[in-house]
Amino acid sequence: MSILSLTAVELSDKIKKGEIKVTQALDEVFAQIDAKEKQLNCYVTLEKEKAYAQAEEVQKKIDSGELTGPLAGVPFAIKDNMCTEGTLTTCSSKILENFVPTFTAEAVKNLEAAGAVIIGKTNMDEFAMGSTTETSYYGVTRNPHNPEHVPGGSSGGSAAAVAADECFAALGSDTGGSIRQPASFCGVVGMKPTYGTVSRYGLIAYGSSLDQIGPLTKDVRDCATILETIASHDSKDSTSIPRKDTDFTTALVDDVKGMRIGIPRDYFGEGLDPQVKEAVLAAAQVLKEKGAIVEEFDLSLVEYAIPTYYTIAAAEASSNLERFDGIKYGYRASEYEGLHHMYKKTRSEGFGPEVKRRIMLGSFVLSSGYYDAYYLKALRVKALIKKAFDEAFAKYDVILGPVAPTTAPKLGESLADPIKMYLGDIYTIAVNLAGLPGISLPCGKDEKGLPIGLQLIGDCFREKKLIRMAYSYEQSRGGRS
Amino acid sequence: MANMISDKTIDYVGILAKLELSPQEKEQAKKDMGRMLDYIDKLGELDTTGVEPMSHVFPVQNVFREDVVTNGDESKAALQNAPGMKQNMFKVPRTVE
Repeated sequence: MSILSLTAVELSDKIKKGEIKVTQALDEVFAQIDAKEKQLNCYVTLEKEKAYAQAEEVQKKIDSGELTGPLAGVPFAIKDNMCTEGTLTTCSSKILENFVPTFTAEAVKNLEAAGAVIIGKTNMDEFAMGSTTETSYYGVTRNPHNPEHVPGGSSGGSAAAVAADECFAALGSDTGGSIRQPASFCGVVGMKPTYGTVSRYGLIAYGSSLDQIGPLTKDVRDCATILETIASHDSKDSTSIPRKDTDFTTALVDDVKGMRIGIPRDYFGEGLDPQVKEAVLAAAQVLKEKGAIVEEFDLSLVEYAIPTYYTIAAAEASSNLERFDGIKYGYRASEYEGLHHMYKKTRSEGFGPEVKRRIMLGSFVLSSGYYDAYYLKALRVKALIKKAFDEAFAKYDVILGPVAPTTAPKLGESLADPIKMYLGDIYTIAVNLAGLPGISLPCGKDEKGLPIGLQLIGDCFREKKLIRMAYSYEQSRGGRS
Repeated sequence: MANMISDKTIDYVGILAKLELSPQEKEQAKKDMGRMLDYIDKLGELDTTGVEPMSHVFPVQNVFREDVVTNGDESKAALQNAPGMKQNMFKVPRTVE
């Protein structure tokens, strides 16, 4: 059995038993990267030397009994919007082409403290704005299941790297589906926890009220284990929530008897690919046969989530991205006349078209005269959407539906029509607006052999219900696919 | 298209956004923004009278701490990525003549 086919937890187990050395795991991963990376382009930056140095240290600590946790010695990939001290962090943008952070994101620090070995930074849509990883300044990432197709996005590099065994697990970030959708397209597990569960310190902000970091993994056990490791209360993130119930691995129980599942009828209407629909409903049937109570219901307001999201996210992005001005870090235009022209030229040359589009829209909806009509209106609709979920969770433990309307589209098909691309976020986006946890896991393949994802959505702080149900479903499929 | 974005509006938003768009980009931005606003106008179908704008899903409060220095001198680290620096300061184009 090849080392690469092990899950993160299985690998660490063998390392702690002395059956595999940490450097051996790295040898295998870097050999796989050498074989696949030219075609797939999952990474923006690889840190081979640093990874081996880190591996030696981790091995010593494992040997001395200092490191005993379930992720000790595991090679990890990190999305390139999380700061890593001494390692280039680009957000897949030209404007950060030379940015080497002097500090490390809290979530990554938590992983490192648990003995994870960071091997590189993964490709993404520029500033996490996109659903295909095609807006990256550093080239597209390809889907390991079929290189003519996109891996999804914005955490496309992380999802593809896990799917292609170019790492054992990865971190991504999810603002409107950016972990769950690429996980679905690449046939891996991805989870966005409740807002505030994982510190955003060191995560380069896109939509601050929506952004959350989460794991992309080979199976549900890895997902729960990593989430347990990265979740922490952090005084450096004022929206970080102190939680005592982050022992997520206790929810790895194969039992859904009596759990109530709600299937929103409005998630299965027009625009949903029939093969995706069939696979997702078949998954619901499996859970029903295991003893869950499955019911259809009307969630309502589904079609309002996308315009609400794009108003709020663009507004927050226009504000967050003001910091990229060519003064403190990153790219600076070479020729300009005076300060304001330097700002403008730097930003115009440094940002790509999708980022500019969202900054323009965000600046408009926040501008005097339009603020009430657009921005405040969106915040009011957000309150209605949250209420609709509250009502649903009064009746159900988990909401079950698809992750995306289709499987992975072909490269080059999405960017020409932004609104059409935005519509692909319809099932994931409301979860961020309402701050809820959501998990994506494989539930089949379409006729082209492209993975289909099942999405489970829980009430705030109810990750354990999602993990329990996801784990049970995975078990009845005979483990990971 | 219901929302016609004028040149004046695009120029104004360009100032707010600190972006310098080429004539071609401007035309595209007018189209894109018009289409997006048409789409966002869908929210007008919902009656939100009496609904408070929800900026945060949880009732979070400001986080306060004592006003004491907790970090060391990080000026060197802060300047490490500066495109221009001089005498331990960020170097910027002349702002006052």
